[in-house]
Amino acid sequence: MKTYYNPEDLKKFGNISEFEPTLGKKFFDYYGEVFKEGALTAREKSLIALAVSHAVQCPYCIDAYTLDTMEKGCDEKQLMEAVHVAAAIKSGAVLVHGVQMMNKYKELSM
Amino acid sequence: MSTKSLLAQKHNLSTPENQIKFLESSALTLFSDKLKQQSLFPLTTNKLEIFQINVGKLCNQVCKHCHVDAGPDRKEIMTRDTMQLCLDTIVKSGAHTVDLTGGAPEMNPNFRWFVEELTKLNRNIIVRCNLTIIVANKKYYDLPTFFKKHKIEVVSSLPYFTASKTDSQRGDGVFEKSIQALKMLNGVGYGLEGTDLKLNLVYNPSGAFLPADQMALETEFKEKLKSLYDIRFNSLYAITNLPISRFLEYLVRSENYDDYMEKLVNAYNPIAAENVMCRNTLSVSWDGFIYDCDFNQMLDLKIDTENKFQHLSNFDIDSINKRNIKVNQHCYGCTAGAGSSCGGSVI
Repeated sequence: MKTYYNPEDLKKFGNISEFEPTLGKKFFDYYGEVFKEGALTAREKSLIALAVSHAVQCPYCIDAYTLDTMEKGCDEKQLMEAVHVAAAIKSGAVLVHGVQMMNKYKELSM
Repeated sequence: MSTKSLLAQKHNLSTPENQIKFLESSALTLFSDKLKQQSLFPLTTNKLEIFQINVGKLCNQVCKHCHVDAGPDRKEIMTRDTMQLCLDTIVKSGAHTVDLTGGAPEMNPNFRWFVEELTKLNRNIIVRCNLTIIVANKKYYDLPTFFKKHKIEVVSSLPYFTASKTDSQRGDGVFEKSIQALKMLNGVGYGLEGTDLKLNLVYNPSGAFLPADQMALETEFKEKLKSLYDIRFNSLYAITNLPISRFLEYLVRSENYDDYMEKLVNAYNPIAAENVMCRNTLSVSWDGFIYDCDFNQMLDLKIDTENKFQHLSNFDIDSINKRNIKVNQHCYGCTAGAGSSCGGSVI
């Protein structure tokens, strides 16, 4: 069955450098640096990545960061709480535009 | 969760031959070739330090990841005569540590006699206690006191500080009983500051993934177990699950085998390879044969020197020290990431 997403393609992520090696290398160097221990722990960064993966609805990222957070010692509750953070921000982002709608409504109303 | 061993189920992967055949059937780089790339093949020994004895496969638990395929239906058990041979051999071996494992070693009817005799040899003694055995029957309730009397170092598995992850790996109700047993061990002084009674925990991932950083896990386990249950311990060992026996069966059944093996191979760490435990350890089976490690024991990869299997009855320390260690594809489990051994990470 043909699908747009193939789980095997995740393993080929590094191949994006094939068509543009310079930018590809810069990206992967940057990516590696971002996820190193810093002011945030590697584990905190992994949970953020998991939440963002859901917000951007990337199936590759969800697979990758579910595994990564598990390998960093997180349990199912922590993973789901991260997803709820993403969901809260997404829904909050929708709802906060309600203020704009209310402003416009009031502007147009007598 | 099955309460039967693979052997009792007559499962195809219950035999060492079939497990090795399965492991060798994939197209992954041979472990021996990885070692060759860093001139580490054939793998040779360092000074012998640890004499690990598997006193039997009988256990009160049937953990999903058990590399021994242990359980209540396993009858292989070390006799007192074989234990006596162990005592004689330990002296010849020069090892400073004796590591007792199983199954649940405490279920061997001669366990306490053996520990008492070992104590006379003045070696560091480790018992790999699954915790629940302490509360399984009133005849085991005094184990913490017995361990204390003989200054045993207790090493116990606790895959997580929550019931769901622990019970999913080790069986329903195991977490609660483990907490009860840990409190009993703390109660006699194990794991407490100011005592020399060591209580170390083992973390195994509850699934097809690698363990987290050992230090980070230890810090988190200490905080959580203290705040949630007022339990203390000394060190935490993060151990990778090796693809043999029940964990292999789980990987195959859950269709995680290929990805897990690929992960292990990609995570191969040359520094971990230099420090694998088989270089300073010997493993003895319930029937007295000698192996490079407990995993090789379960795959029936006996040490043979001069075309003869090494057994307690013909133990030859010189040829054992000069042997080449037997390796196969399962060894990738000990060289991934920070490495893995019965004492946790190796780097």
